[in-house]
Amino acid sequence: MFKIKRKEILRQVALQLFLLAVTAFVLFPILWIFSLALDPRNIDKPLELRLIPPGASLNSFRKILTEPFRLLCKDPSNVSTCMTFPRLLGNSLLVSLGTSVIAVILGASAAYAFSRFQFIGRQAGMLGFIVLIMLPASATLAPLYVLLTQVKVGTEPLRATLPGLMIAYGSGALPFAIWNLKGYFDTVPRELEEAAIIDGANQFQVFYRIIIPLSTPALAVTILFSFMSGWTEFILAWTFLENPSRFTLAMALRAMQGQFATPWSDFAALSILMSIPVVAIFFGLQRFIVSGLSMGAVKG
Amino acid sequence: MAEAQPVLARPTSRRREFRRRLRASLGPWLYIAPAGLVMLVITLFPQLFQVWMAFTDFRIKHLRFNLFNPDTWAQFAPPFVGLANFYKILTNQLAIENYDFWRILAFNLTWTVTNVFFHVVLGVAIALALNSKGLLGRRVYRALFVLPWALPGYITALTWKNMYDPRFGAINQLIAIVNNWLGTNFPTDTRWMDVAQPPIGGPLSFLPLAFYCVLLANIWLGWPFMTVVATGALQAIPEELYEAASIDGASGWQKFWKITAPLIRPAMVPAIMLGTIWTFNQFNVIYFISGGGPFGRTEILVTQAFKLVYEQRLYGVAAAFSIVVFFILLIITLINNRVTRATEAYYV
Repeated sequence: MFKIKRKEILRQVALQLFLLAVTAFVLFPILWIFSLALDPRNIDKPLELRLIPPGASLNSFRKILTEPFRLLCKDPSNVSTCMTFPRLLGNSLLVSLGTSVIAVILGASAAYAFSRFQFIGRQAGMLGFIVLIMLPASATLAPLYVLLTQVKVGTEPLRATLPGLMIAYGSGALPFAIWNLKGYFDTVPRELEEAAIIDGANQFQVFYRIIIPLSTPALAVTILFSFMSGWTEFILAWTFLENPSRFTLAMALRAMQGQFATPWSDFAALSILMSIPVVAIFFGLQRFIVSGLSMGAVKG
Repeated sequence: MAEAQPVLARPTSRRREFRRRLRASLGPWLYIAPAGLVMLVITLFPQLFQVWMAFTDFRIKHLRFNLFNPDTWAQFAPPFVGLANFYKILTNQLAIENYDFWRILAFNLTWTVTNVFFHVVLGVAIALALNSKGLLGRRVYRALFVLPWALPGYITALTWKNMYDPRFGAINQLIAIVNNWLGTNFPTDTRWMDVAQPPIGGPLSFLPLAFYCVLLANIWLGWPFMTVVATGALQAIPEELYEAASIDGASGWQKFWKITAPLIRPAMVPAIMLGTIWTFNQFNVIYFISGGGPFGRTEILVTQAFKLVYEQRLYGVAAAFSIVVFFILLIITLINNRVTRATEAYYV
């Protein structure tokens, strides 16, 4: 009895040591960026490794949250035309949510067909969606720019609007959405659908009354990932948007990097503020993430 | 006559059968249509345009070429150059510093294989540790370990870049602290990204110090995904299997290779397939941390393609470059698909 207990304790200690080492590895860069954000000197790098640097303050956070971004102004001489944190946040949320909605609705519909029907072109279609993301998009920016400029929304080209960005990002998020959802739909027992059809439901009712509610985890993961892609993208946004009043947080962060000297504390503070919502959603959906990635569902 | 009839009837019934299947295919394609249309317009059209660009000498002055406006065609159409772009790419005849296609490809493959290897090994090991019975603090660890995955990749890449700063970066300062504690004398002014002398010689001498640095950063980023996937698969393994194995006198090692490994394999293979594509095209880490340096030796194909567009403005060459990268990835994916059969329908 005593021997078993000692072995158990040894095992626990070994596990804890291993996991604490992993924790240190994980937390090191995160603590570093916190310490940068607290540093009041706004220099490029602190002079010593300290979690709380000398004279630590939350000034950078206050600055980011309340002061206008002087790099993102319609008219650089007039501060009132500059973007502020709440407005950037609003744009970011709009773009990211729009991307999620496009990806999850269109993705679920296509994934259902791929999962449930045998039809001509099924294999080809399925591969087609993944093949498209393998073509690096480096040189497609120019044709996409021209294309979305052709479509006019009122007097403006679709390209320079936030819905234009949403469609572009949504299209980018679709292949993962389709593949992940298809894998998950595969695991929903077909008997449920057959029962519903006997009860008089049509194909579409089966889809949104049975498949959709039973696939919450996979839908949550799809929404999360497409949200994140819209939240952090800036290359397309920089190229397409013209009016600073539509700029996003990711673009503001990028703009800070573009200067001769990065204001590191402000950069760190904005990084943290931008990460908080994503991390919060991640934690909120954590129980879904394990089950919602359909990797486990794909039959080998 | 009665004998001949089936022979005559065959082609019509086959055609009818095809028509029936075509009609039955209409419904599924209606479900796919919305996604298909968006992808067709937003992704496929620019990609096809890119394919056309790859055969032309498309430069900055041709950007005013507009397919939808015939007035611009004569004036701004780029000259057709056939396979010249591909030829130049594969034979290293681009006027770019430190450009060597085969070296970049070799590096890109090394980068992908080493990263995915560490991601899977670490990811599974940590998932096993987290899944072991009676572990204290499981919930806390689970929450913390998802952080590298949850943080936006672009932000973490810039944070690591800052940490590798030779003068005041966190890494060199950490070494100074270790020196203080242990009385050791490691150099504290290493220029992580610039050292040209490879740390390991022999067959690995094509990997500069910067490679190990970006590798470390990308390991940090990549393993939690594998842990999450492995955890899902581990939780689905019935406990009885391990108990039965224990009764039969199996060691922990045997249990891992005979029970755990084969049962998490179906989940891990597609995750590895996805991880391979992600890592192969891991733009953020390379571009923002090492920038492809020193002397282009940590350049990967996507960062090179990006530089062709944004630094050289060689749109035609960049388009050809994208197609080359695409074929490499296509080969990798087809092999993977062969192995995993991921496109098979679950119900047949």
